[in-house]
Amino acid sequence: MTLLRAERVFKNYGANEVLKGVDLEVTAGQVVCLLGPSGSGKSTFLRCINHLERIRSGRIWIDGELIGYRQAGDKLYELDENAISRQRAEVGMVFQDFNLFAHYTAAENVMAGPVLVRGEDRRRARDQAVGLLTRVGLADKLDAYPRQLSGGQQQRVAIARALAMRPKLMLFDEPTSALDPELVGEVLEVMRALADDGQTMIVVTHEVGFAREVADLVAFLDQGVILELGPPAEVLANPANPRTQAFLSKVL
Amino acid sequence: MDSSASDDRGELEIRAIPARHPWRWAGAALVVLLAAMLVRSFLTNPRYEWDVVFSWLLARTIIRGLLLTLALTAVSMLAGILLGVLLAVMRGSPNRLLSGAAGSYIWFFRGTPLLVQLVFWFNLSALYPRIGLGIPFGGPEWASLDANALISPMTAAFLGLALNEAAYLAEIVRAGIVSVPAGQVQAAAALGLTRRKTMRRIVLPQAMRVIVPPTGNQTISMLKTSSLVSVLAIPELLYSAQIVYSRTFQTIPLLIVVSIWYLLLTSALTAVQGRIERRYGRYA
Ligand SMILES: Nc1ncnc2c1ncn2[C@@H]1O[C@H](COP(=O)(O)OP(=O)(O)O)[C@@H](O)[C@H]1O
Ligand SMILES: [Mg+2]
Repeated sequence: MTLLRAERVFKNYGANEVLKGVDLEVTAGQVVCLLGPSGSGKSTFLRCINHLERIRSGRIWIDGELIGYRQAGDKLYELDENAISRQRAEVGMVFQDFNLFAHYTAAENVMAGPVLVRGEDRRRARDQAVGLLTRVGLADKLDAYPRQLSGGQQQRVAIARALAMRPKLMLFDEPTSALDPELVGEVLEVMRALADDGQTMIVVTHEVGFAREVADLVAFLDQGVILELGPPAEVLANPANPRTQAFLSKVL
Repeated sequence: MDSSASDDRGELEIRAIPARHPWRWAGAALVVLLAAMLVRSFLTNPRYEWDVVFSWLLARTIIRGLLLTLALTAVSMLAGILLGVLLAVMRGSPNRLLSGAAGSYIWFFRGTPLLVQLVFWFNLSALYPRIGLGIPFGGPEWASLDANALISPMTAAFLGLALNEAAYLAEIVRAGIVSVPAGQVQAAAALGLTRRKTMRRIVLPQAMRVIVPPTGNQTISMLKTSSLVSVLAIPELLYSAQIVYSRTFQTIPLLIVVSIWYLLLTSALTAVQGRIERRYGRYA
């Protein structure tokens, strides 16, 4: 079953053409790693998937639902804010800089989605948060504020916060790039466990080892187009495109 | 030979003497001297008329003025905060017209003296003799009022203080809003929070840490600035005292009465401000 379908997505910032017709199809339960040089449009593409950015043309569906727009004839009309927010609630996102809410404790961060977006009962949301934080190995940090946590711990809280919405799809934008090297492993471990549980995810990363072991598909994005797409064994071991080869020889 | 290793000197205590600061002592002595002179003049100069001061300190008319000052400060501050938050949010709007309008408002009200604004509001009826409610540009008018009746000195005072304060508070609130990292706003959007909810639940609570201290200062300042409305003959603390001394000619003692009250109130507000600041600084 196709969970995400992106079809000829174009996006520009003024004269800067960032995405030039990106196509991608992700089946439920798959892990897709998105590789590519800095500035190639990886973050922009992720942000289009939950409509944090408007696109110029193209279409993106999640679970069969067109994201961000309503189509009438050959035109797309942007949805109103409430409809967009409802769609975003189905997609989890994890950022390079964690972006935890600084005035909330770890547990309150994880409760934020269920309570503020879905209007769930606080007690139930708290129970769920305790469960999720336990799952990411932070059962002893429930009441810690973000500034009291290491980067790796903060990122695990951020993952739990996204999971609290039971997202159909998880987006990771370089989740380990801001971490000290010794903290990278604990975050990748959590992501690997998620993948094993069958969570559909798209991961922008420079961790080629993670891509090789966990990804079902690896996509290589360069200058706004996907140059290569396939199982990690193919793309990482025998890249067809010389630009993929050049990139991999640098990060490996 | 290494001195720390020499055992025969191990017993000797080598004392460290702090540097001396003779000029500090001279300065302190001068201050004490000036303070003594001041206190002596307080006690010996009969023209302070302390007995008059104490007889008026709790007088009914002074206390009534004091209450009016407090009410005017509270109401103007509250209206100023509400309008200030609105202006701050408008100022950050992606819509140029909204942010431009807020910017012009702030520019105008910060760029003209409050005293001028107060007198202006008081004289509004000279500019707009009638103020009505209806459809503009020639549409029907449902109700209209004589501006002279609508703009009492009290209304003018409230409008002047609140509208002016809103301009300053808008800048303070704006600084608070932009102090919250954009990444958190994006994370909130990604979770599915609407912009309104993000502002209310994520941005403003954190912005409070930046907003509260200067707002406290503004409140203290407003308490004193409200004395300007004495020019509109509103019997707040200062004007109440002026009414008395224009009759009794006890100008200095009554100004002392007024100053004592302002000092007491600002000290109390400063204490409250400290408590509130500690409350909002918790997670930092
Ligand atoms: N908000 C923005 N405004 C203008 N240009 C942007 C913005 N975000 C990204 N860009 C530009 O889009 C291009 C792709 O950026 P990005 O998607 O962040 O790349 P990547 O994540 O692959 O490093 C870059 O040239 C970047 O400068
Ligand atoms: Mg990026």
